[in-house]
Amino acid sequence: MYASIVHLENQRRLYTGLSLALLAVILVSGYTTADSMNSGGFIQGLEKFFDYPSQIVRESVAKGWEFWALFPKYFPALIETLNIALVSTLVGGLIAVFLSLGATRNLDVPERLVPVIRRTMDVMRAFPELIIALFLIFVLGASAVPAMIAVAFHTAGALGKLFSEVNENIDVKQTEGLKAAGGSWLQRIRFGVLPQVLPNYTSYLLLRLEINVRASAILGFVGAGGIGSELSRSIGWGDGAVTAALFLMLFFTIVLIDQGSAKIRENLVKNQGGLA
Amino acid sequence: MSTTVIDPRVFQQVQSQKWWPIGLLITVLVYLTYAWGAFNMNDVLSGSRLEKGALLLSDAVAYKVHVTEDLRRGDFAVAIEGERTATYPADQTPNWVDRDANQYRVDLADGYQLRSADRVIEYSVPDYGVITITVGEKELEMTLPAGRAELPQGMQFRPVKFDARPVFGHRVQVSRSKIESHRFFYGWENFWFPFRSPFYGMSLGELWSTATEAKRIDAERSNAAFIFDEFWNNPDWQHGIIAVAVLETVMMAVLGTITAAFIALPLAFAAARNFNPEAVSRFFVRRMFDFVRGIDMLIWSLIFIRAFGLGPLTGTLAIAVTDTGSFGKIFSEAMENVDKKQIEGVEATGASRIQKYRFGVMPQLMPVFLSQFLYYMEIEL
Repeated sequence: MYASIVHLENQRRLYTGLSLALLAVILVSGYTTADSMNSGGFIQGLEKFFDYPSQIVRESVAKGWEFWALFPKYFPALIETLNIALVSTLVGGLIAVFLSLGATRNLDVPERLVPVIRRTMDVMRAFPELIIALFLIFVLGASAVPAMIAVAFHTAGALGKLFSEVNENIDVKQTEGLKAAGGSWLQRIRFGVLPQVLPNYTSYLLLRLEINVRASAILGFVGAGGIGSELSRSIGWGDGAVTAALFLMLFFTIVLIDQGSAKIRENLVKNQGGLA
Repeated sequence: MSTTVIDPRVFQQVQSQKWWPIGLLITVLVYLTYAWGAFNMNDVLSGSRLEKGALLLSDAVAYKVHVTEDLRRGDFAVAIEGERTATYPADQTPNWVDRDANQYRVDLADGYQLRSADRVIEYSVPDYGVITITVGEKELEMTLPAGRAELPQGMQFRPVKFDARPVFGHRVQVSRSKIESHRFFYGWENFWFPFRSPFYGMSLGELWSTATEAKRIDAERSNAAFIFDEFWNNPDWQHGIIAVAVLETVMMAVLGTITAAFIALPLAFAAARNFNPEAVSRFFVRRMFDFVRGIDMLIWSLIFIRAFGLGPLTGTLAIAVTDTGSFGKIFSEAMENVDKKQIEGVEATGASRIQKYRFGVMPQLMPVFLSQFLYYMEIEL
């Protein structure tokens, strides 16, 4: 008995050691290859690494009081990014609600519909926002709308999956009771399902909003407007002060939204006993 | 009959609860209307060009063959997508291009046809007639069929250029320097081998028998190696180059995520309340996680590009930095939820600080770490 335990323990140690060695090999060889493929080397790069940030800071300091005037100037761009994020979360969330109703087995939807809608959502999730946005910019021209549609499309797929998981975990006694009382499908959803799932839906929606703020800022880099466009322009032109101001704005907005939504989600879970 | 007395507050509550979802709905609708205006939705929709999207999508499943006559140099070429590497050899032109000494005919399908001889192009359009274009020294001249005053839909004529795309299947462009007709086909032509390859047009069976045959086409290497090489270095599809790029992507994701996990692990201890009771340093480590997470990967890579140049190393570092923030947050949250009893048990045996972490904490955290690690790896890919 004891011998077999020692044997097992030794075997386990061997595996741990082997996987650690493998990890080390991957890391070392990977970094050497990556370094050799890069146009600039790692060591020279390291020396230059702080050049850019320090240059930005120097330029911002040189601006003096004018630096603070940059914030109101670029505020509309920030609002545009937030609008993209909020609208796409709302629209995507709405589509996701309908998709998730069709993707859940316990809600009395036609059996055949379920896999079809699930695969549709998989496809919607699989396309990165950037690719959809690039395609839509080609069709619709460079503006905030392609970004909005792209993020909404991705959001619908991602939230649809999460929502349908929430739907699957509901207490079916409530819908059964409504069915027994002669409630129609719509009434069962409205009074049996929605009250159970709404706190979780809201929680996921807020989580998605955080992600979408980032995503819509990034899409600006490919020409979709908002703060991302301004940031890519200022980085391209080497305008350090503007870059710093935009960085700060974006950073504080994201932190603010993250913290706010974390608080709200915490309350939702506490009060309603939700899952998320 | 007993009368039930219901507290009037119940009704009040129901009344007030009835209104807030409607209020919320109205707020959302008002906001969306505002956004419609803020995004200039009407202008964007009216300015949209759906045919461009159709063109882009069709490129994924279709290819076009250019039939080009260069009037200045007197060249004639039939090439896929107009690429030099995908030019049909002169004796193998497709059967819808019919050429002899000084004239040629292109069958453009759907009843359309193009004939060109001596700088005179006859473009037959079904249910319309023959449009004749003469390429002069200074400008183009167009003659419409008798009884017609206007060009059909999808065609444009200017003295310097004639451009026609009446149907999806083809396009004709005539300028003073060249006559070009494109015909669209579905499929991925030359996916396996280019025209100049000895294996062009072979079926799978033929390829197999060639590969296993002892007689070498190229004396230097085996047939199988030759076949693979021809496929891998296909100049139109560039399979080799794309495969390397895919590998680079995988490498960046794997390296970046592993590095992030290693950096985040020790830092997460400093950010967890039960391992670092000191509030000030905890606050700074947490804000640092927020900071690197808040600046997106794309922005990090822009900064890294300035220092390290373009390449996979830059991508790896950008992923590593961003994920350090995410891992740090998740790991420290997991640490705050560990079971104290196991640590105390290990401590009671007289373990040192490091042993306490190794045997008391790590076994509890490992499943969370690994699952998060794999999840992020998936995202980065």
